[in-house]
Amino acid sequence: MAKNNTIYVREEIIAEKPAPNLSKGIVGWLRENLFSSVLNSILTVIGVAFLIWVVPILYGFLIGNAVWPGEGVTKADCQAPGAGACWAYIEDRMSFFIYGFFPQDAYWATQEGFFASIMAYWRVNAVFLVGILLIVPLMWPDLPYKGINAILFFAVYPVFVYFMLTGGVFGLEEVPTVKWGGLTVTLIIGLVGIVVSLPLGIILALGRQSKMPIIKSICIMFIEVWRAVPLISVLFMASVMLPLFMPVGMSVDKLLRALIGVSLFSSAYMAEVVRGGLQALPKGQFEAAASLGLNYWKSMFFIILPQALKHVIPGIVNSFIALFKDTSLVAIVGIFDLLKTVLVANLNLDWASKNQAITGYLFAAMVFWVFCYGMSRYSLMMERRLDTGHRDK
Amino acid sequence: MSSQTQQTKAKKIKRADSDAEIAIDIIDMNKWFGDFHVLRDINLRVRKGERIVVAGPSGSGKSTLIRCINRLEEHQQGQIIVDGVELTSDLKRIDEVRREVGMVFQHFNLFPHLTIMENCTLAPMWVRGVPKAEAEETAMHYLERVKIPEQAQKYPGQLSGGQQQRVAIARSLCMNPQIMLFDEPTSALDPEMIKEVLDVMVSLAEDGMTMIVVTHEMGFARQVADKVVFMDQGQIIEVNEPEEFFSNPQHERTKEFLSQILH
Repeated sequence: MAKNNTIYVREEIIAEKPAPNLSKGIVGWLRENLFSSVLNSILTVIGVAFLIWVVPILYGFLIGNAVWPGEGVTKADCQAPGAGACWAYIEDRMSFFIYGFFPQDAYWATQEGFFASIMAYWRVNAVFLVGILLIVPLMWPDLPYKGINAILFFAVYPVFVYFMLTGGVFGLEEVPTVKWGGLTVTLIIGLVGIVVSLPLGIILALGRQSKMPIIKSICIMFIEVWRAVPLISVLFMASVMLPLFMPVGMSVDKLLRALIGVSLFSSAYMAEVVRGGLQALPKGQFEAAASLGLNYWKSMFFIILPQALKHVIPGIVNSFIALFKDTSLVAIVGIFDLLKTVLVANLNLDWASKNQAITGYLFAAMVFWVFCYGMSRYSLMMERRLDTGHRDK
Repeated sequence: MSSQTQQTKAKKIKRADSDAEIAIDIIDMNKWFGDFHVLRDINLRVRKGERIVVAGPSGSGKSTLIRCINRLEEHQQGQIIVDGVELTSDLKRIDEVRREVGMVFQHFNLFPHLTIMENCTLAPMWVRGVPKAEAEETAMHYLERVKIPEQAQKYPGQLSGGQQQRVAIARSLCMNPQIMLFDEPTSALDPEMIKEVLDVMVSLAEDGMTMIVVTHEMGFARQVADKVVFMDQGQIIEVNEPEEFFSNPQHERTKEFLSQILH
């Protein structure tokens, strides 16, 4: 190639330069984010005005004028004009909200103090404590012994919970499930639903994709039937209709029936979420696994499900959250979950006041929010962690 | 295209024995996708150590043909016998064949959630039951062979296309296969990365691996192949030694095809 025909040749390679600094302090940030255009400025002003209007009202109701628990605080304080949320009522009924009608320990119920109030419900609290001790390390990503931990949590813990709460053995007083209640029952239903519905949902999703027509149609029928029925009607069926079909003298515990209903119901939804993840995987992954000689179950376990489930973590957690909130529907068939205990306590005349019910509902909402928000944050963290990233081009 | 033909015109590799054992025997094989007759009366015999390059226009059934050999596609008529095992719907036989037949895909199909090392050790450990330490040793051996041992702890997404394809080759080799199938291994690569992959394939051929390669790299075919199989419209049009195939094509369709690609 003759030199005089060359249009351009680079003589030196340009060194890397730092990106220009575009931030101009607070004023720059404000101008860019809040007042970048006329419309944006108007929206900013309206937004600020709204906050100025609503924040003091909320603050006054929730904190400033609220009636806090303390010595000699009674319903009279909550009935006073201008009183806000009646937190004293929540504090007074706290053990009912958490434990329902679970009987107190005969000795500790007569004692005074915080420790005694914990020990009065030591059976339930032991269940909580062991549960936390098992769940936290299980969900903490870097801790070792996940296998043992999982066995303890998924196999041993349910047995422990059953005997601890039901009693009737080891000298423990027998407590029928109708006496369980409050947050305890909400957590039991939510946790059982979550733990059962995920594996069942995965199996249903795989079954739905099966090449074997019988398995496939069974799975499709199962999923479509459960998804087509409202949870309330499932619960009514379980608690009212089912006993009619049972042989005389045979009865299945009401809480157990609700547990089964909720679990099967949410597993149908879970199956569809997982199916979405399976379908999103490129066919090449299935083929590569097959070409290496991995059989169906091995390729599912090692290759397909880890990727498919990771893709649908948001959907899975979405289902978990929906399931956890839907547990409050069991109140309709007379199971004393958290919401039901609040509904009942709201009628109590000891704290009869204008804001009693509102405060009760606020409390229930906050408890649900704490758990659901926790799940949401945890899933976000796991998503980021599991992203082996720099790919999916 | 021309740059690759230049770089691979080096020494010609020794021919495979013409009376070696039969590795793959395809007899009167037919396949349909629905009503579409995609493979028609295919007869092909591959001996141990033989290198076959399958060429042809897109849609001619080349990929489908080699995907039938490890049963990623199912044929409806005729026989495919791989290493003495006839492929039927019997899952055990399919797994048996797949253990012995490695495959490299156009889009690499590495497992993105596993490290390079895990990609290479998974199948040996869980299909062949090789202990972890041994599997990792073998993996390292093949990663060195494809010249990327230093990437072992990375994830596929952190590697370039050429590197990923070399990992894919190493991953197949870790199963110690008798036969390797290549389905357009360089078609998805940037031009600068094609050579590094072809080099690995050439060195495999030098070691006497039985290979069936679907490719448009005619330089590779010239250098490595014992036979070039030309396909069009689901049929084998011409089978010839590479020299003959390129310099003296017999069939009209072959001549037309070569005139299109060898400008």
